[in-house]
Amino acid sequence: MRLFMKRLISQRALVFMTVPFLIWLAIFKYLPLWGWTIAFQNYKPAKGFGDQKWVGLKQFRFMFEDDRFLLVLRNTLAMSLINFVLGFVTAIILALLLNELRNAIFKRFVQTISYLPHFISWVVAATIIQTALSADGGIINIILMNLGLINEPILWLGEGKYFWGIMGASEVWKNIGWNTIIYLAAMTTIDPAQYEAAEMDGASRLQRIWHITLPGLRPVIIVLVIMNLGQILETGFEPQYLLGNGLNVDYSENLEIFILKYGMNLGNYSLSVAAGIFKTVISIILLFSANAIAKRFGQDRLF
Amino acid sequence: MAIAEKSYKRRVPIGDRIFDWFNYAFMICLMIVTVYPFVNMLAVSLNDASDSVKGGIYFWPRELSFDSYKYVFDQGTIVHATFISVMRTVLGTLISTFCSAMIAYAISRPDFVLRKFVTLAFVLTMYFNGGLIPNFLLVRELGLMNSFWVYIIPGIIGVFNIIVIRSFIEGLPDGLMESARIDGAGEFTTFMRIVLPLTLPVLATTSLFTAVYQWNSWFDVFLYNSSNVELSTLQYELMKMLQNSNASGSSIDPAGGFANGSAAANYVTPTSIRATMTIVASLPIIMVYPFLQRYFVKGLTLGGVKG
Repeated sequence: MRLFMKRLISQRALVFMTVPFLIWLAIFKYLPLWGWTIAFQNYKPAKGFGDQKWVGLKQFRFMFEDDRFLLVLRNTLAMSLINFVLGFVTAIILALLLNELRNAIFKRFVQTISYLPHFISWVVAATIIQTALSADGGIINIILMNLGLINEPILWLGEGKYFWGIMGASEVWKNIGWNTIIYLAAMTTIDPAQYEAAEMDGASRLQRIWHITLPGLRPVIIVLVIMNLGQILETGFEPQYLLGNGLNVDYSENLEIFILKYGMNLGNYSLSVAAGIFKTVISIILLFSANAIAKRFGQDRLF
Repeated sequence: MAIAEKSYKRRVPIGDRIFDWFNYAFMICLMIVTVYPFVNMLAVSLNDASDSVKGGIYFWPRELSFDSYKYVFDQGTIVHATFISVMRTVLGTLISTFCSAMIAYAISRPDFVLRKFVTLAFVLTMYFNGGLIPNFLLVRELGLMNSFWVYIIPGIIGVFNIIVIRSFIEGLPDGLMESARIDGAGEFTTFMRIVLPLTLPVLATTSLFTAVYQWNSWFDVFLYNSSNVELSTLQYELMKMLQNSNASGSSIDPAGGFANGSAAANYVTPTSIRATMTIVASLPIIMVYPFLQRYFVKGLTLGGVKG
């Protein structure tokens, strides 16, 4: 102990560099966990902590009996799953196609363009999506009408049944280019001799993609799939909130919006915090299971 | 080389050539789908607003007019919001990058007694989050509501950035820092004079991510400062316009909160204003990212390997 103190004093410069941030960490990251107690109370903002009524698990019971919450959970899982599958398939296909481009300058150009939407805020993206889907001169309706697929403009954001599809497509539009980076990096590690040998044997382009490139990506794909399964409740918040409206709310409201609505709009802090705890706990469980599965697959730990 | 290429070309089977054509066509479609919305917004923002109402603006303006831009930058609110956006991006990025680098340096020192404790304390916070309401109550208790600092202080440290910077510092040759210490430089001097300049490449990466995050944020404005227009940001102003038009389910907002304004000289519509704001809010990123993308890419692959 004395030795520890002595070293602490001799390293005081390093201590001064970190301790202010440990205090910051305690206040902004660990202290809010104390707020989780709100979920076990019937919290009234006007009262002090000692005067709150403790209600045990009542909020959680109420939550799981609430039809709205179950609907929100359905929306969250559905959008998550759609984004998950679409995100993977499109990014892998694009990465494979980019890898087949012979002209390096053209390839770089396409890549640069395709990263653009990733850096744009969701506010801008949502504005763009809403404009494109507008029933009043939106480009999507114009194209579909000119192709003769529909006779009159569709109110895309006005009907709940389209919302999940719109979310999936928006997510692809925004992130497809960015998501290819990791696959393209993995492709550079594939031995070129394999391609040469395959060519000698008369394998076609598609055969080479199928038998060499794709298997070469397998470790990366497995890691990413597992990692993303750990985040299945993290659908994101911004696109659903920004493009959601009264007409599609039964399909657009996800867990995060539920938490915001109950907490900030309705002032029911206890239920809101309970929903937040539910989300965090499930996410942590999924994350650690994902890590364990990854280990079993012989991959490096994910974190 | 030329001969080899020629003979290679002759051997390209017809199936491969079809594949190539399909591939190029696909890539061109992808680029159009990616870029068209921005081109269209630019065209609408530069077109005469009363002419735009007729529709049919796609790639370029039909009747060139800068009225929408004049109108937008005549609004005190928008100009001020732009200023706040720039301030939070610059200050937030500088402060956050400096602090993250300092912590990364401290926990990269193998003999630092608190090394394990500090690292664990930071890394643990990547896996949980107090959640919306507890964080909101905390900010309120701390008196950070209606304050500019709520954009900076709660997010001052990015744990992921610390990890990325630390692994970079650990890859630096030990001798450099060692010799500085032998010359009598203290830890802080070593950090400022030796480590900071050497880590600039990785700091470029992390600060770019931070800057994009700061520029694009609107939720903290909405949550903490929505009643104070002096602290509004560009993204939040655009978000309010989006919400206005959402209510009517189409992109035209008949109530036109903005267009009823005072500037009678310029004719503008909610659509033209929105397009203009969209361009203003995304232009800094569109201008900057192509030049910096290699840093972004490097940061991502580094994070993927070491994170």
